Amino acid sequence: MTANEAMEATEVIGGRSLWQDAGRRLLGNKAAATGLVILAVVAIASFVGPYLLPWSYDQIDWDHIEALPPDIAMGHYLGTDSLGRDLLARTLVGGRVSLTVGILATTVALLIGVTVGAVAGFVGGRTDQLLMRFVDLMYSVPLTFFVIILMVLFGRNFTLMFIAIGAVEWLTMARIVRGQTLALRGKEFIEAARASGGSTPAIIWRHIVPNVLGVVVVYVTLTIPQVILLESFLSFLGLGVQEPMTSWGMLINDGAVELQINPRTLIVPAAFMTVTLFCFNFLGDGLRDALDPKDR
Amino acid sequence: MSAPLLQVKDLAVHYKVRAGGVLWGKYQSLKALDGVSFDLKAGQTLGIVGESGCGKSTLGRAILQLVPATSGTVAWLGAPPPELKALRREMQIVFQDPLASLDPRMTAGDIIAEPLRNYRKDLSREQIKAEVRKVMAQVGLLPSMINRYPHEFSGGQCQRIGIGRAIILGPKLVVCDEPVSALDVSIRAQVINLLMDLQRELGLALVFISHDLAVIRHISHRVLVLYLGKAMELAERESLYAAPRHPYTQALMAAVPIPDPEKERAKPRVIVSGDIPSPLYPPSGCVFRTRCPKATEICAQVEPPLESAGQDHMVACHHWRDGRGRD
Repeated sequence: MTANEAMEATEVIGGRSLWQDAGRRLLGNKAAATGLVILAVVAIASFVGPYLLPWSYDQIDWDHIEALPPDIAMGHYLGTDSLGRDLLARTLVGGRVSLTVGILATTVALLIGVTVGAVAGFVGGRTDQLLMRFVDLMYSVPLTFFVIILMVLFGRNFTLMFIAIGAVEWLTMARIVRGQTLALRGKEFIEAARASGGSTPAIIWRHIVPNVLGVVVVYVTLTIPQVILLESFLSFLGLGVQEPMTSWGMLINDGAVELQINPRTLIVPAAFMTVTLFCFNFLGDGLRDALDPKDR
Repeated sequence: MSAPLLQVKDLAVHYKVRAGGVLWGKYQSLKALDGVSFDLKAGQTLGIVGESGCGKSTLGRAILQLVPATSGTVAWLGAPPPELKALRREMQIVFQDPLASLDPRMTAGDIIAEPLRNYRKDLSREQIKAEVRKVMAQVGLLPSMINRYPHEFSGGQCQRIGIGRAIILGPKLVVCDEPVSALDVSIRAQVINLLMDLQRELGLALVFISHDLAVIRHISHRVLVLYLGKAMELAERESLYAAPRHPYTQALMAAVPIPDPEKERAKPRVIVSGDIPSPLYPPSGCVFRTRCPKATEICAQVEPPLESAGQDHMVACHHWRDGRGRD
């Protein structure tokens, strides 16, 4: 057997990518792994749970419109609110809305932010100036004001809300990605890519984006809770989703009104939201450590 | 005789550098490369030596048009170079830092295949993979390592990946920008021999940039000595190493230690004092005069042209004839 045949005979050795390495480190981090599990549980509960409960979120139990304490026999596992609607069902549906807004708005922010940031950083020159000054301009517009104007112009609408939030959140993303891109642009492998005939879009897509993704993923996990809080804030102001649909922010708002007579209606959604936000933050921290072990 | 593969004429690269001032600083031009000319025949190697900051790397990048040339021309096969994308198919580059020149998020196979993806869109996935395996074997990598990532390879192996990427399109010229400087001495010879083997097999022309005279001597057919962006001496290897004409080349040669203390002590010394001057403020006349042991008045006033000093031996010095007894 010649050396060449020996080479062919050996199995292809699988390499471990930086992502796989990071995955291992992430799962080794207890706080982050726990966060990930709890988030998965909350997400599954929010999206599947409401179908399994005996009461739907907008159904009024006319026998118990007095805010019933938890009653397993009646199927109100966490009681009802002051209008006799099942609190657990409402909290889970509210979680569905909050998580959807969080994830969709962050996706919008991610797409716009990474595109703008990578193009500005890589192309540089006038394009960079133009894009980044636009970002500066957008920063100077107060967020609430911006959202209120959108709501007034287009009416209250679920889709509009995450577009509005995403349209604001991408600014920071664009800045972060631009900074990372500037650092990457001078690297030799980018020059090598250019020497091997890659066009600018190909280089951005093939080399810049995968290499900034590590930082971006961390920022995403920290943006989702921010967006959830923002949505809560908007709902609190009455600019969010509309009754009987609900979100964690709205539930907390309703609960706050009844704080003295019926604290349970505040505590339940608040607990869900707090736990979720904590988990996202732990996950974000864990991801940052996992993706860049040098920075720890 | 047919036209040389690559003909560089009066190539200059000037960088604009901001000189002082916070907002409205004036721009000065830094002459990284100033009027360098040479020819390169197919299948031959041109070695480029010089101290750091003398414009070696800039020259390599300017040939590939990775940095824009300020003036001068690069002719390809006796004609003006084709459009950029077509040109880069013909000439490739190997970089100094093996790890930094590979994208950390791509597998070795993807890195080597990248030029194919840019130029051979007609190839199927399997064809690309087969081609990559062939090249990996050619550069001395186990094809079974195709799915490994750069951080899982040693420096020498990374450089082999870089070489594989450079040769996969079948270029006629490869610019090697200090390809062995970052490598361990024990690996250097392997990589250099690999380059020489590939040159023989594929008929590659190489532009080999290094600061190591021994390496240059081993691999080059012709040698170009650069100092502060200008050509000092351009000669056939034998001629240059046997009888360096320029005082700068002589000083470089004298600085190479001989592994024999007797000979080391006995060898003639050419002392060059001081540091390389700032390319922002190059000396008048001959750029080397500030450190040259032979400098006289004329050196400060007239820039010496690159003139013939024997067969295929060009030198830019007013005094190359002085004190010449041996030949």
